[in-house]
Amino acid sequence: MFSKYKKKETIMTLILIAPSVIGLLIFYIIPFIWMIIYSLFDSPINGEFVGMQNYINLLSNHAYKQAVINTAIFTMISVPLIIIISLLLSMLLDKKIHFSQNIKTAFIVPLVVPVASVIIFFELFFNKEGFLNNILYFFHIPSIDWMNSSYAMMAVITIYIWKNMGYNIILFFAGLQGIPKEYYEAASIDGAGPIAKFFHITLVYLMPTTFFVIIISIINSFKVFREVYLIAGDYPHQSIYMLQHYMNNAFRKLDYHKLVTSAILMTLVIYIFVFILFKIQKKINESIGN
Amino acid sequence: MSRIKAKIMTILLIALALMMLFPMILTVTNSFMGSQEIENNYSRNDEELDQNTFFSMKLIPDSVTLRQYYDILIAKHKFLRMFWNSVFIVLPIVAGQVVISSMAAFVFAKLKFKGKDVLFFIYIIIMMMPFQVTLVPNYITLDKLGLIDKYSAIIFPGVFGAFGVFLMRQFMIAIPNECIEAARVDGCSLLQIFFKIALPLSKGGIASLAILSFIDNWNMVEQPLIFLKDTNKYPLSIYLSKINHTELGIAFAASIIYMLPMLLMFLYGENYLVEGISRSIINDEGVDTSEYI
Repeated sequence: MFSKYKKKETIMTLILIAPSVIGLLIFYIIPFIWMIIYSLFDSPINGEFVGMQNYINLLSNHAYKQAVINTAIFTMISVPLIIIISLLLSMLLDKKIHFSQNIKTAFIVPLVVPVASVIIFFELFFNKEGFLNNILYFFHIPSIDWMNSSYAMMAVITIYIWKNMGYNIILFFAGLQGIPKEYYEAASIDGAGPIAKFFHITLVYLMPTTFFVIIISIINSFKVFREVYLIAGDYPHQSIYMLQHYMNNAFRKLDYHKLVTSAILMTLVIYIFVFILFKIQKKINESIGN
Repeated sequence: MSRIKAKIMTILLIALALMMLFPMILTVTNSFMGSQEIENNYSRNDEELDQNTFFSMKLIPDSVTLRQYYDILIAKHKFLRMFWNSVFIVLPIVAGQVVISSMAAFVFAKLKFKGKDVLFFIYIIIMMMPFQVTLVPNYITLDKLGLIDKYSAIIFPGVFGAFGVFLMRQFMIAIPNECIEAARVDGCSLLQIFFKIALPLSKGGIASLAILSFIDNWNMVEQPLIFLKDTNKYPLSIYLSKINHTELGIAFAASIIYMLPMLLMFLYGENYLVEGISRSIINDEGVDTSEYI
């Protein structure tokens, strides 16, 4: 009787999970394994085994190196920046401030607005004759061709922060609400100042949230490609030529080896990164627990 | 003193909030300008040597007109067709994703089986990959199945995205185990538990997922460019980015119509959106990744 029930349960579990797993296998996992094999041969049919040669070719490619460096610079500047700004804003909004709910909503709206419908604004804003230069002119600062100079990275970072800040504010806000107010009161009694409270209470208890914010910020930083692509097309100024441009263009030129090898390398980097992040998080959670 | 400080803070925050909204505000007001006025404001005078001429950033139209809306909604059929293209792509993705994700999420949240954690870790990795990485595996499969240039080429990979499973699991994990045990004791089958307990108790999660998935897919740009060859099948996002350059005179109104469904949904579903995002924090002990290397 019991084992019959158990068997039925196993079948039902399979029925529930099968559609998702089969979809994942067909569209992601199986082709990904195929990709790894493909990357080790010089041609897909009757190819010769070339080992790491495709990877070596990729790593010595000038455009690829440029794209990796740009993507790394963008991520390393924009992710810490957005985290600091959104943490600061969430802490301000967490205090008793008039209209704090409405202000929060205003920060979330850009998240909802489709990229393609605001790209027109950003084009006009960062144009050589655009709004930003107009404002700068007012302060006697000479015009800058934002999208077609090394300043382009600043423009992209601005758009990224504008678009994604709401996401992080929601996460931090939820994290802040989860910290018991008694901790602060107790610290006040012990004579702790606002700075000590920030470092010893807020920051410590926000750690789990912060880890997730880092992950989300990086995922979203990959998505900024949409904006850059819609403003600047396939070949933007070289300072904002990202890995996604490189892969898109490799796809268009049917250069599958470069595309496949760079996709695998990027997956590897993401994997290592997530792994380390989870490890650190676990360590910190344990130390808070003690 | 501190009250004055709070006042200054509030004013600064409101100013910042207005800056955040400014792109939308400008688009709205410009959508009521005539093409001629827009031309005058944003004409590019490349030949002029004078370096200090700028676009005029005008928020109030000289004369208010609905001409742009008339042009895109009534005079030009292309716009509306592209709008429906977007709808026909996005709705099946959202519906499919909600159904398939809730089913799998229930298993991940409430049932035990071998290799569950490893499998879930794979979901997280796939969720993090940028589109350009998954593009290759997707393309290989779609090509083999002969789906390139069909809407299903965009719909299927969207439906099977890993994010939905991840998010729904976060909601379903919050359902008390006692509820499920009690139902088991009463002789409910697993499917009955899923339909009568898990689904009703995670309505908020379903709404969140639907909204987040709607936003993400309404935004899509890369997939149609790569998987669709026939430009008549393109969704509105692609069409919009084209008219920004060629027909600025109608682009503002087109942008407004395009963002309107999102804004309406946000108006009604802001709480679901906020809850969905807050819930997505990975803070439960459910996934132990330390064993998978």
